[in-house]
Amino acid sequence: MAFIEIQHLNKIYRTGTQHVQALRDVSLEISQAELVAVMGPSGSGKSTLLSLLGGLSHPNEGKVIVDEIDVYSLDVDQLADFRREYLGFVFQSFQLIPYLTVLENVMLPLAVTSLSRAVQARMAIEIIERVGLRSNALRLSDELSGGEQQRVAMARALVNQPPIILADEPTGNLDMATSEEIMQLLRKLNNDGHTCIIVTHNPENAKYAQRCVHLRDGRLYSQTVADLTNVSA
Amino acid sequence: MKLYTISLNNLRRRKAKMIFLVLGLTIAVSTVVTLITVSQEMNADIANKLDEFGANIVIVPKSDALSLSYGGMAVSGVSLDARKLHESDAEQIRWIKNRDNIKIVAPKLLNATKVFQRDVLVVGVVFEQELSLKKWWKVAGRKPSASREAIIGTEVKGKLKLDLNQSFEVSGEQFIVTGILEPTGSQDDGVVFIDLKEAQRLFGKPTELSLIEVAALCYDCPIEEIVRQTSEKLPGAKVVAIRQTIESKMEAMHRFEHFSYGISGVVLLVAALIVATNMTASVNERTREIGVFRAIGFRQSHIMKIILTEAFLTSFFAGASGYFLGLGVANIVTPLLTMNGGGGFLMNYTMLGFSLVLAVTVGLASSIYPAYRASQLDPTVALRAL
Repeated sequence: MAFIEIQHLNKIYRTGTQHVQALRDVSLEISQAELVAVMGPSGSGKSTLLSLLGGLSHPNEGKVIVDEIDVYSLDVDQLADFRREYLGFVFQSFQLIPYLTVLENVMLPLAVTSLSRAVQARMAIEIIERVGLRSNALRLSDELSGGEQQRVAMARALVNQPPIILADEPTGNLDMATSEEIMQLLRKLNNDGHTCIIVTHNPENAKYAQRCVHLRDGRLYSQTVADLTNVSA
Repeated sequence: MKLYTISLNNLRRRKAKMIFLVLGLTIAVSTVVTLITVSQEMNADIANKLDEFGANIVIVPKSDALSLSYGGMAVSGVSLDARKLHESDAEQIRWIKNRDNIKIVAPKLLNATKVFQRDVLVVGVVFEQELSLKKWWKVAGRKPSASREAIIGTEVKGKLKLDLNQSFEVSGEQFIVTGILEPTGSQDDGVVFIDLKEAQRLFGKPTELSLIEVAALCYDCPIEEIVRQTSEKLPGAKVVAIRQTIESKMEAMHRFEHFSYGISGVVLLVAALIVATNMTASVNERTREIGVFRAIGFRQSHIMKIILTEAFLTSFFAGASGYFLGLGVANIVTPLLTMNGGGGFLMNYTMLGFSLVLAVTVGLASSIYPAYRASQLDPTVALRAL
């Protein structure tokens, strides 16, 4: 059985009398420690797929099975626990808490655990060092550059040691050079064993993935195995 | 990092956003503290003034005789009972445990006698105490200053055709009318008042008393307790609280209290609305932040805890500052409202505790719905990025 199984997912958004079918019968399997890029034009259902993978939304039909857990059979609290244990989110607009420092933002997922402050701080500092932001640990997050903020977001996504990283356009607000740094960081995380699913419209980012999944009009259009020979680890 | 750290950091770095919430609750709590403190002081002031307006306790000998009555009480005019009241009994009243509550002790000796061949009730009093007790008396003329001077009621004046500075005879002794009561509508209108010592001498009842009227300050000591203590001191006497007097005084005090509570309730309701509005606005502003919390694995209960912790901290601060502000205002306002120059209120830990509990209760109750709404936010809608 694959680490992540998506089975016949359908998702319809209803606004008033109108409804939009964002996903149509999407099925997909993702192996552990795989780096998959999800690509497609605007409105193809990429972000919807990511939100359903992340347990943030409910499908109208279909299943998402992660590590043999049927995600949508969990109740609200179990779903929150699942997200905390299995998933790390990286958003396009970073989504850091502006009134918390870098260290506090990274420690955020640990706030609902029973770990002591000392242990939490140790875990967070280790991750902050991994993403190269040790010197900025006590600065407020909104004092950092875009690239630095995205690194903080990635550190926050990693602090709980989740097996899966979900990144929605992680370089969407960054310049080319910084985008490359972020993608290399994601590649490194994948090499460390994290399963990474990245939504992107940038073909340059897709080069870092082992597999590209293409969506069009809510359907799985095609899958391609990426050529990684020109991408440095 | 704990959930309360998130709340504390939010408050610390976003002070301006919470200022209206804190201000509204502080003003509400300070208003309640001021109203309660001032009304308590005014009640005490009113009660003490009312307590001085006539007797609220009457002491008579335990007796079966009903030959004469005064104020509706059986007195020992012709008594078969050997027990009588004496001047020493009046002194004993001043030594009960709650003696500070005894304001006026007005002993009396009653006797029926003939004046101008007509039966008249003559009451021996200590004029100083009697005039203090009966502040509603309006005396035409002057109060007696010598032992053979008297005050007569308006009915006595009419029936005996007596006027100021005219003399009359009681048991062979001449008395002069120095004062005539304006109509009181009570039994005092038909009575002759002379000096107690003279009455005791004239009627051959040295040191004897028929009854004792007492004005007790019963605001902070229940009248029943004063009655009980007095009864213990005077086992041979019947000590009775005049219910009607007490209850009408209490009703006056309670009306003012109820008014204060009513105003306090309205002010607190307004404060609750301010808190609810502020917290709802705060939740709406933090939609994305809440979406992040949900995405990284916070349960709905965690979201509620964060919001309610913020409400608790701001309310607690508002309760404390409201108490001190209210205390300060009460100290300024009370001397203006009472005639005894009240104020000078010191720290009252009970009132402080009450203020804190009140503020926190209002703050939390008003924040429950916004906190619940925050916890129910759809993460994808909150984040909008997904």
